[in-house]
Amino acid sequence: MTIQTPNGFTLDNSGKRVVVDPVTRIEGHMRVEVNLDQDNVIRNAVSTGTMWRGIEVILRGRDPRDAWAFTERICGVCTGTHALTSVRAVEDALAIKIPENANTIRNIMQLTLQAHDHLVHFYHLHALDWVDVVSALKADPKATSALAQSISPWPLSSPGYFKDVQGRLGRFVESGQLGPFKNGYWGSPAYKLPPEANLMAVAHYLEALDFQKEIVKIHTIYGGKNPHPNWLVGGVPCAINVDGTGAVGAVNMERLNYVSSIVDQTNDFIDQVYLPDLMAIASFYKDWLFGGGLSSKCVMSYGDIPEHANDYSEKSLKLPRGAIVNGDLSQVLPVDLRNPEEIQEFVVHSWYKYPDETKGLHPWDGVTEPNFALGPNTKGTRTNIESIDESAKYSWIKAPRWKGNAMEVGPLARWVIGYAQGKPEFKEPVQKVLTDLGLPVTALFSTLGRTAARALEAQWAAGQMRYFQDKLIATIKAGDSSTANTEKWKPETWPAEAKGVGFTEAPRGALGHWIRIKDTKIENYQCIVPTTWNGSPRDPNGNIGAFEASLMNTPMADPNQPLEIIRTLHSFDPCLACSTHVMSPDGQEMTKVQVR
Amino acid sequence: MAAVETFYDVIRRQGITRRSFTKFCSLTAASLGLGAGGPATLAHAFETKPRVPVIWMHGLECTCCSESFIRSAHPLVKDVILSMISLDYDDTIMAAAGFQADAILKETREKHAGQYILAVEGNPPLAEDGMFCIDGGRPFVEKLKEMASGAQAVVAWGSCASWGCVQAAKPNPTHAVPIDKVILDKPIIKVPGCPPIAEVMTGVVSYILTFGQLPELDRQGRPKMFYSQRIHDKCYRRPHFDAGQFVETWDDEGARKGYCLYKMGCKGPTTYNACSTVRWNNGVSFPIQSGHGCIGCSEDGFWDQGSFYDRLTTINHFGIERNADIVGGTAAAIVAGAVAIHAGVTAIRATVKKPEKTDA
Repeated sequence: MTIQTPNGFTLDNSGKRVVVDPVTRIEGHMRVEVNLDQDNVIRNAVSTGTMWRGIEVILRGRDPRDAWAFTERICGVCTGTHALTSVRAVEDALAIKIPENANTIRNIMQLTLQAHDHLVHFYHLHALDWVDVVSALKADPKATSALAQSISPWPLSSPGYFKDVQGRLGRFVESGQLGPFKNGYWGSPAYKLPPEANLMAVAHYLEALDFQKEIVKIHTIYGGKNPHPNWLVGGVPCAINVDGTGAVGAVNMERLNYVSSIVDQTNDFIDQVYLPDLMAIASFYKDWLFGGGLSSKCVMSYGDIPEHANDYSEKSLKLPRGAIVNGDLSQVLPVDLRNPEEIQEFVVHSWYKYPDETKGLHPWDGVTEPNFALGPNTKGTRTNIESIDESAKYSWIKAPRWKGNAMEVGPLARWVIGYAQGKPEFKEPVQKVLTDLGLPVTALFSTLGRTAARALEAQWAAGQMRYFQDKLIATIKAGDSSTANTEKWKPETWPAEAKGVGFTEAPRGALGHWIRIKDTKIENYQCIVPTTWNGSPRDPNGNIGAFEASLMNTPMADPNQPLEIIRTLHSFDPCLACSTHVMSPDGQEMTKVQVR
Repeated sequence: MAAVETFYDVIRRQGITRRSFTKFCSLTAASLGLGAGGPATLAHAFETKPRVPVIWMHGLECTCCSESFIRSAHPLVKDVILSMISLDYDDTIMAAAGFQADAILKETREKHAGQYILAVEGNPPLAEDGMFCIDGGRPFVEKLKEMASGAQAVVAWGSCASWGCVQAAKPNPTHAVPIDKVILDKPIIKVPGCPPIAEVMTGVVSYILTFGQLPELDRQGRPKMFYSQRIHDKCYRRPHFDAGQFVETWDDEGARKGYCLYKMGCKGPTTYNACSTVRWNNGVSFPIQSGHGCIGCSEDGFWDQGSFYDRLTTINHFGIERNADIVGGTAAAIVAGAVAIHAGVTAIRATVKKPEKTDA
């Protein structure tokens, strides 16, 4: 059967159905099913969020000052971004103003997350979609060295170094115990890199694994640990004491120097390893420009990284804010998270129940009741699904829409919006990548474009880490060491009822938390997270979400090896634990099964 | 013979001499009562045995345990994965997906029955026939039980697998349960924390591989080597607690001098973990050192013990049968419960864990 979607895709589910479950190298659990035509081109795509935890129902009745810790546990990969969004939502509701230093330290922590998360995503979640590990064994270490030295001044680039890495990889492969590389798609024609580039990438896979643990020490210094550093409504928990009595018990000169040193190393690694690798890999995949999906049509960003404390206006935000619809890059539209007509969630294809499922609900008024039910065309059983029926409910993810449009969010969305706004800090790096690769602007709207935007953003974030660390020191130097505002710390200072919204740009895209507080407790809490946008199922009008759209019309080299599917899905960096949220207004118990 | 990198190769590469290795084998053999040929047998095994297969499964979770694991500085996680264990299945990092990934589970059950270690991050929800966590079209709990049946031992990573953690906090809408509620016939090592410390995770793994046995566990199933003392017992701010010097509000003079965070709700006095000794991210800091109280994330049910900012009551000053309010010179809001010397707190943890209901 062929369906024309309102957002411009032709779906045909008559061909061979291919199921990928579990989709690995993501956070959480997801499934995807596609239909192929006789040429093995994807003509229908169905993405299913396959987990649900109910964090928001758990938040009801709790102390709003604790919400950051609960919501932080929504995701341990993008650790901290939910916590930041949460404290902003509570501060918005209670009109709490934070000190300048708190804003600066929060920015440094959020940027640290961006840099770390993008780096780990590229090397450890995404690289194996582009890099053939086994092919690296055939590389000439001298040629690899020559390649590495031609693209970067990074010192670990001698023939001996690459020979050593190759030797270790060789012993590993010969052992017959391939560990995480077991059953990979090695040798697939979908891999395009020559052996020496593969060897360079494998070496950097291991180096990045060693290095990523350094970046997060910034969270440890300001937040006490990583993953899951500590936050505070009204500021940050770490006090500053540069040279007074007891300074060793606070953020002092040694701690500031420690952060500065990590910031420098992070900039070096991204400039000299991540970006050159991205460009080297991209140069071999220039012809593989599938996966654009919604990116050329509808993208959205809330903006983040406020220059000034308590100023969340577009002017203050260093990551761009706005929406583009229908591919009209000449107009970046304003986005209002408080307007009940703008952001709405639908559940007609999600495992939830609304009184009227033709209508969407704004998150402040969000209603959700779980309703796990499979459609009549499902193959298999309720607890052993062979093939899902997308004409009915088919995902634990809701379908959020902005003014009725399915939107893509994430690094590519942010960079497209920044580019469309003509901001040089976004436009120039994009232009340089395109020029260096000899590609037109339209090439940006692809799997490769998504991956490239993420790398550019990591580089931007590392630069901003330096900027804000310098700003912190300058503010302290000017005599301001304040890190928390405790005027409204005590609940008796709060109004009887309040509502607020907090937002960030998480590594994976626009993130919002909506809170209602009543009698000092949480009355209602709703999160709409990046993967809810990107991984959404269809809406009542039939618009498909970003994941599904991105898979459309992609040819597969071998239907038994879903390399192209996971490559494109990974370019979004899916986070399923984030996306599958729910709030049950009545908090009623659901059916339980016996412990078997 | 294939160039298998054995346990022996690994420890040699990490700087352990042949002589030390031989000595280690002799001592271990003696302690195991292996007799005259024992050391040679043991040495041969270490020199030739392949890496232990590890299957790392994910239920309802946030992946913070995996993220913590890759932060390990000693040993480096690349050495753990390349040389110490054979991490044959881990959805978060494995190359394969879909049926190629599922095939590894089947192969492991068949080829390595009774030999592999099952590591579990997250937990199974039981409501809705288990379909709040679907893996390969089926309830995660079913796959978990299948893999547990052939494992030699099970490691419960983090507070989700150990206790239930955030999704099991009241009212636990998915009926998420710790794994020992569904895996009943295997030894389970609980490594709680949200997440656990990286070096604690790799420490537990390398202990098992190095000593060929499971670590000694406490009554709750936690390795004693990392979980037998409270954060408070080894906290570097403890002298301020003993001296009655407390942070009274965020960013006050006390906060800037690194005073004790007890009055800000710190759960260090009732939390068993290695944060104040091993510390985090290669020893850089830990929550208290960075100015926020411990939230007790390695304790069972820590989400449901009141606000993280509620003060624990009746934690008594060391050696003095007075609590911190009295020592600190501030009027106590409530002085409740049993009066016990500090060292006796362990035995009555259940009573002292109840926080004040009033705001601290």
